[in-house]
Amino acid sequence: MDEKEYIARRVAKELHDGDVVNLGIGLPTMVANFIPEDIEITLQSENGFLGMGPAPEKGDEDPYLVNAGGIHVTINPGGVFFDSAESFLIIRGGHVNATVLGALEVDEKGNLANWMVPGKMVPGMGGAMDLVTGAKKVIVAMNHTAKGNHKILKQCTLPLTAVNAVDLIITEMGVMEVTDKGIVLKEINREFTVEQVQAATGATLIISEDLKPIEM
Amino acid sequence: MNKLISVEEAVNMIQDGMTIMVGGFLGCRNPYVLVDALVAKGVKDITLIANDTSFPEVGIGKLIVNKQVKKLIASHIGTNKETGNQMNSGELEVELVPQGTLAERIRAAGAGLGGILTPTGLGTVVAEGKDIITVDGREFLLEKPLKADIALIVGAKVDKKGNVRYKKATRNFNPLMATAANIVIVEADEIVEVGEIDPDDVMTPGIFVNYIVGGNA
Repeated sequence: MDEKEYIARRVAKELHDGDVVNLGIGLPTMVANFIPEDIEITLQSENGFLGMGPAPEKGDEDPYLVNAGGIHVTINPGGVFFDSAESFLIIRGGHVNATVLGALEVDEKGNLANWMVPGKMVPGMGGAMDLVTGAKKVIVAMNHTAKGNHKILKQCTLPLTAVNAVDLIITEMGVMEVTDKGIVLKEINREFTVEQVQAATGATLIISEDLKPIEM
Repeated sequence: MNKLISVEEAVNMIQDGMTIMVGGFLGCRNPYVLVDALVAKGVKDITLIANDTSFPEVGIGKLIVNKQVKKLIASHIGTNKETGNQMNSGELEVELVPQGTLAERIRAAGAGLGGILTPTGLGTVVAEGKDIITVDGREFLLEKPLKADIALIVGAKVDKKGNVRYKKATRNFNPLMATAANIVIVEADEIVEVGEIDPDDVMTPGIFVNYIVGGNA
């Protein structure tokens, strides 16, 4: 199993029956493939619908239906379309149970940076600031480091997406909860030691007394 | 009153320097016919309000590539490299707005509100220069209304009174923009007689729509 699939599979375990969930572009989108069969999740798409389904068969793309990344998708039975104000009422009003996003940096205060690198990459925040501010639970799903550089830090250095917003960080190394006291390592990939996870992290981890291996 | 006009008549209302809102989400869909006519006419110095700048070769992406936009107010520009290039070279002024805030600012203008209060953007560059207002002990950013001279929206089915029904994910910003501009022009995939859209199915009441042009669907 590659790292991205490993992370996506572990994120999927955080979702509960009946949840309304918004998945970001890239790795977070993969989470949809691993939702346990015995629970029902409703996926929300920022551009204005609930009940997002998988990509259509080639040739069946609908010119009126893309996801928030501009990729053709389908809508499941029971799905519903609406305008951008209602879409963001759902997001900003706390009606999304969980949002899963990637990050450039996360810090021990739960601050998140994932929308720009000054002078290099300024794609815009799209709906990310609204999602991490409004969703009940914010899950960052990402590789633990970027080319060996720390992404989980004591303090973010890039422009922030939101302050004190992240609840959970899931990487190929472990599952970490952001608490008032700092980042708590709760689960660890058996392939790594606690020392290795700490060395790959720019903030001091609090090791849970109840540290468990990640089970799939 | 007759709201049906030609694409040429529509584009003649749009002058250099105007503020224009355009509906659509990553080109799904923009009013393609009206935008192409704007490109052909070469209207300059536009202030463009839209969710994004689409892709370089699709819909409003072409307005950027053709350097017709002076200022852009949008939530996302990552799918059109030319937008970033012009922003970095200083040719194009870009105000990036969180998507939900963009929707609410437009809605506020249409609803006659003085602005909206939201926690989105607190503690980020979005908050720079804006008032922070405390309500019941919680902080919010004051975001001001956004209005335009002209809104170009796109509907799947439009009757001759201008009642609009949108299709699937193409509703997005269109119903909001229809309320927040001095002149609203809808590009219709299909134009039908009055009464052919069930009143229960109308998503933008015709009172908001000044003119209708035929699309190319």
